[in-house]
Amino acid sequence: MYPDQFEFHRADSVSEAVELLADNPDAELIAGGHSLLPTMKSGLASPDALVDISDLDGLSGVERNGEVTHLGAMTTYATVADDDDLWEDATVVAEAASQVGDRQVRNRGTVGGNIAHADPASDLPAAMLAANATVHVHGPDGERSVEIDDFFQGMYATAAGEEGVVTGIDVPEEGENTASAYVKKPAPASGYALVGVAARLTFDGDEVTDARIAANGVMDHGTRLPAAEDAIEGESVDADAVAVAGDAAGDSLDEYMVMEDQQASQEFRLQLLSAYTERALETVGERAGHM
Amino acid sequence: MERTIELTVNGTDHQVTVEPRTLLIHALRDEMGYTGPNVGCESSVCGACTVHVDGEAVKACTELAVRAEGSEVTTIEALGDEDDMHPLQESFQEEHGLQCGYCTPGMVMTAAVFLEEEPDPDRAEIREALEGNLCRCTGYQNIVNAVESAAAEMAGAVEPATDGGTAVEEGGD
Repeated sequence: MYPDQFEFHRADSVSEAVELLADNPDAELIAGGHSLLPTMKSGLASPDALVDISDLDGLSGVERNGEVTHLGAMTTYATVADDDDLWEDATVVAEAASQVGDRQVRNRGTVGGNIAHADPASDLPAAMLAANATVHVHGPDGERSVEIDDFFQGMYATAAGEEGVVTGIDVPEEGENTASAYVKKPAPASGYALVGVAARLTFDGDEVTDARIAANGVMDHGTRLPAAEDAIEGESVDADAVAVAGDAAGDSLDEYMVMEDQQASQEFRLQLLSAYTERALETVGERAGHM
Repeated sequence: MERTIELTVNGTDHQVTVEPRTLLIHALRDEMGYTGPNVGCESSVCGACTVHVDGEAVKACTELAVRAEGSEVTTIEALGDEDDMHPLQESFQEEHGLQCGYCTPGMVMTAAVFLEEEPDPDRAEIREALEGNLCRCTGYQNIVNAVESAAAEMAGAVEPATDGGTAVEEGGD
């Protein structure tokens, strides 16, 4: 199963990658390749050229400054999932990365590639939304930072655009009073999220003072769930409040836009969304010692 | 536009000319003659093509050969031979961890790195580690038995396992 022919460029710098992408509108950027290569092998994509950034220094690795954990775009899922400090500092991100694909896929697939690809059923988008991440993008007009709430724009579409290169992701560290979780119902064959819910709650005592809850697999891109957030804010994470927030999870979504395929109807997805929102909140509650 | 790349396979330096679209698995099998890793689903699911690239288990059907330039690749051929088998190869035989054997090279290669990282795994951890390797014959029970038994064997071994192939350096990307 060979892909169509293409030219192969190995970029020596991010700027060169950006130039190559700008010069050739039919070129694609390749990071870990674990979304792009399967698409090319199955004939769904036939780019004229690939621009490889896997050899660039400085695009890979995890750095901390006490407030923010910086994940280089080429950092693999395995590195993130095996990072004990990240399980403390941004549990939801480490937990989502640990649920992507399988061991071999996690050894190659990258966090930057994941969010740049913006597969609606992948695991990282909701986790990054819940974690309130910031995405660093290098485009033809230079470098810029994009708030994660503005990043995902549609199915396989992001604020990085066609010519932008995601260079890294900043994940704020959870303070002592914050806890988070990612739970998902995987599609039986592919392991992608039929529904995945990420939640990060900040507490003052028992009371939730800030909630960020987001879902994968439900809409055409990773999406915040403001109705569930509103329902849990100001409450303590007990069975009643969790049930109310679960019921509310789908309220802020355009129901006709909810994904539907042979694996799950819209109705079933919304049911899963409620159930998994509840599970995510319960897990966060347990981790914070409130349930 | 063909390219000539250099890479090391099982300790041997190779120069091979490939198209950019040539997948690592095809370069290994068709250009260099390493037919141990198998081509199964061709869609990053079944794991029959698993090899080590710079010490990590990778599905060679989902990597371009040109991107493996400069890498150290290890295939099942380096793990052991009939006279001197790796404990995993012995235990797959002893525990009947294979029937048709098509998935076995991938299973063993994934398990080999896993046991380096986790020398004393429980059965759930073994299943989790082999999530990316599908077997359509055995039902997995004997495969888990085999990995468990190899782990015990390797932990009890006075002499280090004569694997040669799994001791490549960690990391790499």
